[in-house]
Amino acid sequence: MDFFWTTLWPLIIILGQSLLLLVILLVGIAYILLADRKIWAAVQMRRGPNVVGPWGLLQSFADLLKFVVKEPVIPAGSNKGVFLLAPLVTCVLALAAWAVVPVSAGWVIANINVGVLYIFAVSSLMVYGVIMAGWASNSKYPFLAALRSAAQMVSYEVSIGFVIITVLLCAGSLNLSKIVEAQNGPYGMLSWYWLPLFPMFVVFFISALAETNRPPFDLVEAESELVAGFMVEYGSSPYMMFMLGEYVAIATMCAMGTILFLGGWLPPVPYAPFTWVPGVIWFVLKALFIFFGFAMAKAIVPRYRYDQLMRLGWKVFLPLSLAMVVIVAGVLQYGHLATAAMK
Amino acid sequence: MTAAAVFFYLFACILVASAFMVIASKNPVHSVLYLILAFVNASGLFVMMGAEFLAMILVVVYVGAVAVLFLFVVMMLDVDFAELKHGALQYLPVGMLIGGIFLAELVMVLGSWAIGPGVPSAITAPIPTNVTNTEAIGLVLYTRYVYFFEVAGMILLVAMIGAIVLTLHHKARVKRQSISAQNARTPQMAMKVAKVRTGQGLGSNEISSKDAGEAA
Amino acid sequence: MSALLQDYLPLVIFIAVALVIGLALLVAPFIVAFQQPDPEKLSAYECGFNSFDDARMKFDVRFYLVAILFIIFDLEVSFLFPWAVTFHQVGAFGFWAMMLFLGVLTIGFIYEWKKGALEWD
Repeated sequence: MDFFWTTLWPLIIILGQSLLLLVILLVGIAYILLADRKIWAAVQMRRGPNVVGPWGLLQSFADLLKFVVKEPVIPAGSNKGVFLLAPLVTCVLALAAWAVVPVSAGWVIANINVGVLYIFAVSSLMVYGVIMAGWASNSKYPFLAALRSAAQMVSYEVSIGFVIITVLLCAGSLNLSKIVEAQNGPYGMLSWYWLPLFPMFVVFFISALAETNRPPFDLVEAESELVAGFMVEYGSSPYMMFMLGEYVAIATMCAMGTILFLGGWLPPVPYAPFTWVPGVIWFVLKALFIFFGFAMAKAIVPRYRYDQLMRLGWKVFLPLSLAMVVIVAGVLQYGHLATAAMK
Repeated sequence: MTAAAVFFYLFACILVASAFMVIASKNPVHSVLYLILAFVNASGLFVMMGAEFLAMILVVVYVGAVAVLFLFVVMMLDVDFAELKHGALQYLPVGMLIGGIFLAELVMVLGSWAIGPGVPSAITAPIPTNVTNTEAIGLVLYTRYVYFFEVAGMILLVAMIGAIVLTLHHKARVKRQSISAQNARTPQMAMKVAKVRTGQGLGSNEISSKDAGEAA
Repeated sequence: MSALLQDYLPLVIFIAVALVIGLALLVAPFIVAFQQPDPEKLSAYECGFNSFDDARMKFDVRFYLVAILFIIFDLEVSFLFPWAVTFHQVGAFGFWAMMLFLGVLTIGFIYEWKKGALEWD
């Protein structure tokens, strides 16, 4: 009995928390997907999905059901094990990143010391789903798209790394909760890092678009040249798992942007009526705000050309973010000299 | 038997098994995938030892970057590996020699604990207990081991230059876009407005800089 | 079990739960969906043609170059992580040590820019 309370009970609690977070996350993804389609439709003066359920609210669940009962096709020439492993890797890795995301003070599954590094590592592994799918399909379009996509994802990862470094210089910790607490200042939303590190916030937002293969950087599935990119040979629920992984990765990027730049669960004004609202609501609102940016970018920005994409990553964002690392470090190191000189 | 021991044996067994599969599997792509599995399990072992920063860096650098390059090479290079393996036996003496040297070095490294128990503590910094793993590395890497750190920078520079020298070949007759030149163009540079008299057409001598100046 | 490992236990459980959900989604259509494969359905997609040749082909060496440059910059970022965390402890010495390191790598970056390694054609 003692063994139960000391060893098994905490495990059951963790299991329950994990399941709860994953279920909420997946239902949230269903509605984010719907919101994406609705926003896109609204910009183009269309209705968007509006048939299944009131205002189309059950559309994503209908899609899930449809994908699951579709016939799964595994091409004869493909490498079957790797072919099925690719969507699993994409989906599980995307979900795994959420284990360290603090949605409110103390509300985190695993409060590890190197949370930022963990998310950085997991997002650097997302490229495997793409490469494995492209190679295992043994078909030309997936192969070419996988190459392009892999090169694109690694190119923008470097600038995301430098952006994270600038935030770490200010926060002084790799723990995501501590990064949020470091932004807790007397001026509310003005003490969050988006203001002092504004160029980095912009670089982060655009790099996140490229990292998750969102429009205007969706060269992977440039349908006029590569059909559906590396997912050409996929159908049924393996295809759905790629889409799921993609949207979970987008949600992760929104959460990262919220934690690094928008003060996580902190209220925008640190006074009475705002502090009564639970932190998780602020967190979700901020993440949705960034997601709205993602959706609007998809709706209004034309697609990049591949050489422009690589140029932006290597020749604009990389030097810019590297210079910002040096500038932020220099200001933190010698900024007090400048203020002393002014006095 | 605690949970820590269970995880240790789990990671260690998968690590050894997947390391064996790296050399045993027929398909080179499967080899690289097993290598990735080995890296991930090694990172699990690092966490077990409390080296969480190294564990994450192992995943970021080796799995996220180096193994991607390996996969690029074996997946896309389309090398006939069966043919390569055909003549592999003639390299056996050289391989044995290198393997022997490597083994001897490993024995010497591991044996230093037996020969001189004070050696490891004399050449390394003491492990601080009250700071996190990442801070402990940061505190010594940029101060006590600064020369090694700068040498690492030099090695990266050499690697960068070497990669470019070896792989970069510009194709002839490729049209490139110079975005700064495009943005610097003004209407005066790009076009001229000529007055065309009816019935006389536009002779080439009539497009003069004077017309362009008037248009501006 | 140490405190550090107790932090990581939920991570392992979370990934295991995610893996179970992923596997369930992956095998679901193989159980519930109607399956009737035929050779045409299982052939590789090539806009209606039969495949001309093998899809595993050689490609531009530029992709390798991108991968190699990515490794180098990824290592550079890895070196920056502990520095950013201990920025205030290592002081001016650590600051200038890192500036020298970044300076050396910036030389490499300028070299590759001038050589046109970042051009995409």
